[in-house]
Amino acid sequence: MSDTKAPAGATVASSGRRASGLPIRLEGVTKRYPGQDKPAVDAVTLELPAGRTTMFVGPSGCGKTTLLKMINRLIEPTSGKIFLGDEDVTGQDPDQLRRRIGYVIQAGGLFPHMTVGANVALVPKMLGWEKKKVAGRVDELLDLVGLDPTVYRDRYPRELSGGQQQRVGVARGLAADPPVLLMDEPFGAVDPITRQRLQDEMLRIQDELGKTIVCVTHDFDEAVKLGDKIVVFDVGARVVQHGTPEEVLSDPAEQYVADFVGAGATLKQLTLARVEDVELRQVTTATVGGDSAAAVAVARAAGDDFVVVLDQRGRPVSWPTLAELGRTTSVPGTVDARLPVVGLRSTLNDALDTMLAASQAGVVVMGNRDSLAGVLTIESVMAAIRQARAAVAG
Amino acid sequence: MWDYVLDRRGQIAQQALQHLSLVVQCVLLGTVIALLVAMAVYRSPRATALANGVSAVGLTIPAFALLGILLAPFGFGITPAVIAVTFYAALPVLRNAVVGLAGVDPSLVESARGMGMSRLATLLRVEVPLAWPVILAGVRTSTQMVMGIAAIAAYVLGPGLGGFIFTGLSRLGGANAVNSALTGTMAVVLLALVLDLLLVLAGRLTTPRGIRV
Ligand SMILES: Nc1ncnc2c1ncn2[C@@H]1O[C@H](COP(=O)(O)OP(=O)(O)O)[C@@H](O)[C@H]1O
Ligand SMILES: [Mg+2]
Repeated sequence: MSDTKAPAGATVASSGRRASGLPIRLEGVTKRYPGQDKPAVDAVTLELPAGRTTMFVGPSGCGKTTLLKMINRLIEPTSGKIFLGDEDVTGQDPDQLRRRIGYVIQAGGLFPHMTVGANVALVPKMLGWEKKKVAGRVDELLDLVGLDPTVYRDRYPRELSGGQQQRVGVARGLAADPPVLLMDEPFGAVDPITRQRLQDEMLRIQDELGKTIVCVTHDFDEAVKLGDKIVVFDVGARVVQHGTPEEVLSDPAEQYVADFVGAGATLKQLTLARVEDVELRQVTTATVGGDSAAAVAVARAAGDDFVVVLDQRGRPVSWPTLAELGRTTSVPGTVDARLPVVGLRSTLNDALDTMLAASQAGVVVMGNRDSLAGVLTIESVMAAIRQARAAVAG
Repeated sequence: MWDYVLDRRGQIAQQALQHLSLVVQCVLLGTVIALLVAMAVYRSPRATALANGVSAVGLTIPAFALLGILLAPFGFGITPAVIAVTFYAALPVLRNAVVGLAGVDPSLVESARGMGMSRLATLLRVEVPLAWPVILAGVRTSTQMVMGIAAIAAYVLGPGLGGFIFTGLSRLGGANAVNSALTGTMAVVLLALVLDLLLVLAGRLTTPRGIRV
């Protein structure tokens, strides 16, 4: 769906994707913790492009979190300057500054004594938004992160799964429409399947919003998947390499990066391919409550042996075979909790994982806002990988 | 004994009311003081240790001793009673408030600061509400304890049911002495139960639903 409204001032970046964020510039940023002889972050100079996702990756303790928290001054730099756009933020009131920078931490950091809606509303309220505008914004954001506001708005965080809490955390970070979003290992605390879904969601949301995102991870695969740019750090937050995922994978700057990327670099490059790069199979769909016999007839005519059932909002809920569907009179609305789903920006690796986890030979592919984009079969994944491998082999 | 109670029901009711009002006011005052002290110290490990030390040692001071000490500057009357009762009321709340505030998940505090809440807003909107159940448990302990101490405070002519107890004890062997002491004691116990029930109810009403157990 491309009918989302662009906020005023949005610009279109060279690649065609929108960018509503501001660039971030770090100049000689240093942090020396008291009582330590070596600085945790040593004179880092970096430019992070507006409206793009930059992943900070490196081993534990190398200073990623310290560097990230200096951007919103949760940690005060010992020296150096930080610019948001053209503004030097090192001298600004930190509370005012932070209200303009979204911040998302592991497990969401939701306040358990406030409802989901109250959590999301916090920053807009601090900024003095009108009540009505805040309420509208809360619903809009919950919708954006894939949570039905009527169901989740008044729930408490403990009534949500880990993945849902993390979604609310992202919604809260985006609530006041900040140009910059900082995330510290946001998906570190959830299981692999949920993590992959959340990553897909994040890619979709970023496609829509074009924020300047800085995201810390220690997982190189996550950096490759989510990042437009990757910064690889060594101890003291020394910048070892700063480039696109493709650049880092195909041309590691030092042995250190090569080791970090790991042995499977070529294989990783294969799996870098996204679902959207592969041809999807278009399938017959049926809407919940429709006539089963008619749906079966349409599918037969199209040569399909199953249909994808969509709910009233167009979201896929199950994919029964024609035999299964034929036994019903109207299309059932039962939600298949094990329906394998990936996003258009998922990697082929994710798609394969999802198929394996569900023991299915295909996955349903979602486009924007939970709408169906098609079905990806294992055959087309294998074909794509064969093709890519042939290309790499030359 | 029943006749004894019936004969003096007016006096008993009045003393009970005075007792209750002394306890409630001192617990409120003690809670406010304890919360302020806890907020001032909980971020510093050293100050926290000091506060915990004070509340531990303070609770070992016999009520009679403290009242005796307070008699010198303040003389007999309501002032030493209020000071002593408030002192004891504050201690359990202080201990629990420090524990409760220190027990708030640091990542939530970081989250609050990270979204631009001021120090004070973080304390009042995140830390205190999350520590509230623990603080309230302290208030309950303190109320129970102070019920008895308020009775002892009658020794310095403070108001309340302690009057019955002391009158009885000082005339042991005389007519109605046991009745008097027993009436005072049972009224204290009864009041303590009622107040505790009210506190449990207040706890239900003031604890946010998201963190109720
Ligand atoms: N509050 C602190 N006080 C002292 N040292 C710290 C503090 N926070 C982090 N450090 C140290 O700074 C270094 C970098 O930490 P951090 O930025 O958390 O690394 P990363 O996020 O990359 O794992 C580590 O050696 C860590 O021990
Ligand atoms: Mg870290």
